Amino acid sequence: MIVGALIAVGLAVVLILNALNSNIALYVTPSDVAAGKSPTGQAFRIGGMVKDGSIKRDGLTVHFVITDMVKDIPVAYTGILPDLFKEGKGAVIQGRLNPNGQFIASEVLAKHDENYMPPEAKHALEQAQKNGSK
Amino acid sequence: MIPEFGHYALILALCVAIIQGVLPLLGAHQGRREWILLARPAAQSVFLLLAIAFFNLGWSFYTNDFSVLYVAEHSNSQMPLIYRLGAVWGGHEGSLLLWVFLLSTWTFLVAQLSKSLDEFMVARVIGVLGLVLTGLLLFVLLTSNPFERLLPAAQDGRSLNPLLQDPGLVFHPPMLYMGYVGFSVAFAFAIASLLSGRLDAAWARWSRPWATAAWVFLTLGIALGSWWAYYELGWGGWWFWDPVENASFIPWLVGTALLHSLAVTEKRGGFKSWTVLLAITAFSLSLLGTFLVRSGVLTSVHAFATDPKRGIFILIFLVLVVGSSLTLYAWRAPKSTLGGKFSLTSRETFILLGNVFLVVSAASVLLGTLYPLLIDALHLGKISVGPPYFNSVFVPIMVPLLVLMGIGPWTSWKNSDLLAVIKRLWIAALAAVIAAVLIPFVMGEFTWLSSLGFLLAFWVIASGVMQIIRQAKIGKATRSFMGMQCAHFGITVFVIGVTMVGAYQEEKDVRMLAGESVTVGGYQIQLQGVSAVPGPNYKAMQGTFLLSRNGTLEATMYPEKRSYFSSTMPMTEAAINVGLTRDIYVSLGEELDDKAWAVRVYYKPFVDWIWAGCLLMGLGGVLAMSDKRYRMKLRKAAV
Repeated sequence: MIVGALIAVGLAVVLILNALNSNIALYVTPSDVAAGKSPTGQAFRIGGMVKDGSIKRDGLTVHFVITDMVKDIPVAYTGILPDLFKEGKGAVIQGRLNPNGQFIASEVLAKHDENYMPPEAKHALEQAQKNGSK
Repeated sequence: MIPEFGHYALILALCVAIIQGVLPLLGAHQGRREWILLARPAAQSVFLLLAIAFFNLGWSFYTNDFSVLYVAEHSNSQMPLIYRLGAVWGGHEGSLLLWVFLLSTWTFLVAQLSKSLDEFMVARVIGVLGLVLTGLLLFVLLTSNPFERLLPAAQDGRSLNPLLQDPGLVFHPPMLYMGYVGFSVAFAFAIASLLSGRLDAAWARWSRPWATAAWVFLTLGIALGSWWAYYELGWGGWWFWDPVENASFIPWLVGTALLHSLAVTEKRGGFKSWTVLLAITAFSLSLLGTFLVRSGVLTSVHAFATDPKRGIFILIFLVLVVGSSLTLYAWRAPKSTLGGKFSLTSRETFILLGNVFLVVSAASVLLGTLYPLLIDALHLGKISVGPPYFNSVFVPIMVPLLVLMGIGPWTSWKNSDLLAVIKRLWIAALAAVIAAVLIPFVMGEFTWLSSLGFLLAFWVIASGVMQIIRQAKIGKATRSFMGMQCAHFGITVFVIGVTMVGAYQEEKDVRMLAGESVTVGGYQIQLQGVSAVPGPNYKAMQGTFLLSRNGTLEATMYPEKRSYFSSTMPMTEAAINVGLTRDIYVSLGEELDDKAWAVRVYYKPFVDWIWAGCLLMGLGGVLAMSDKRYRMKLRKAAV
């Protein structure tokens, strides 16, 4: 029985390590993306603000710019956006960079309270501010 | 005056809670009868005082007293009454007040229903609950006072987040908290038994209904939350592996293990230290869940504005509770780990294996939830662990668990003839294989994953039906047995729902003009038009959709896009056509160019079975609690 339990735990550890390896999305700030410091060939997340006046629609596809007030990253997303996705507000997006430097988002996450800012978006802004003032 | 009165009641409650937490425990230790006898009246007074505080906060919401900061931040004079009252726990401070109020409610129930238990035990249980209550009341009073005044008073309130203005707010948090907090009773029983050194079958028999009750509330609370997210968030999903969802699910998994382990301790006197450890873990994880949700360290649907002071306070409290209980455990837990002897083919073995799988799955969910926090704390970068991780780890662990569920209930305690059981079960296995082959073909597409889901579900169902027939024949279908079967059926109904939705749902995001239609799952959905309609505290754009199948009209659906007056936030209100075998789900996106609308439609086969399954699990728990042997206790107590 102890052997059985050990096998179960061992199996779980293997599953977990395997799953963690392939299913983690790294948060990258827009400045880091612009500097080429984003993972290639793997989906990652960007946190930041949706730039004012940047949302353009083309049927169901939406083009917008995500920014940390220092660097801008153009984004394309096809589908329905969450309710609180707005220009000048924080957002977190997940996806990959295409060869033209455009971020193709597979998922757009906005917050659920208009007074709430996703910590990752806040972090990106603070990071950019810090680097700017240096 | 009313808010000050509530605040005063809260402070008094803290004072009495300290008495409740200290004197009965000391009294039990030193054998002082007058201190032991303080336990019940103290618990009753704390309950009364917190009920007053809770009522006063509710009153401030009822009368729109915007000079109370918490009311001004979470309510608005235009909000319908029911949501104004629900808003009592719509924010951080109020939900913590609900937490402590429910904790005192559980304590009160223990005080009332423990007449036949010996006074020393009662004093210790109530004392431990008093200590927990003291910690949380300190937290409320020092960092999260809901009665704080706002001077000068606001003209009107800021209103509640529109997402929360829904009947779900009225039921989901209290149910969930009843479950979370309810594990404190099993915890207190475990600590009390460690203190007294009396870890016996009687202790397990006493803890079991309490643990079951908490588990029932937690099951229903999680299910309600899932259902709410499904229809309200407009995303159409039922589980997102959101950190806060996980925070409630991890104690559920450990609590489920606890229920099964308690059965062994009650019936066979075995697994004592394991059961105690589970009771401690289940409650500690509930506290951890509270810390994760209330401290704002997580990005989540449930995150409120943050204050680091709060997080640190809960963290310290958590470390104190876990640290002291584990120390006590290491010191006092019985040395023989598994108790009475049993063979490899006994029911004990199967329950133990099931326990291992449940605990391992809980640990894997916990790891995925905490991993991003850990990486961030070590300054290794910011990451997110998404649903793929949880699905690829959690689902494989559940497969052997379901296999065990078909066999375990057939085995007998101590030792059983596994060969005979397996011989008898070939019919169940056959039924499962037939279902696993047939159903995917009926649904139109064969996938291995869906086939596996049906195989496991029908394996447990067929095995359960055979057992019920057998038990009924020999007249031994007790409530406790039927409760177990009912809960296990709940799991299978749930698995069928999850399998169906996972394999056969259809989703389409489309751009639609009036008159255009879209087809999902054999249903045609036609947009008639979108028009403006007024609401009590919002205005809405309402779409009219005709749902038809093979040319016959089945229903008209009205999804809405609302904008609330008090906030700039739009809100998607999905329209759902509910059916036994499928839901059709339509939600309105934004208005695109030239009067076209973005529309999301779903065909969700058997999705309601997910929540029906949870309901059955809850019902099973209630049935088990109503078993004769627990009622005998009560009757004896009444004499």
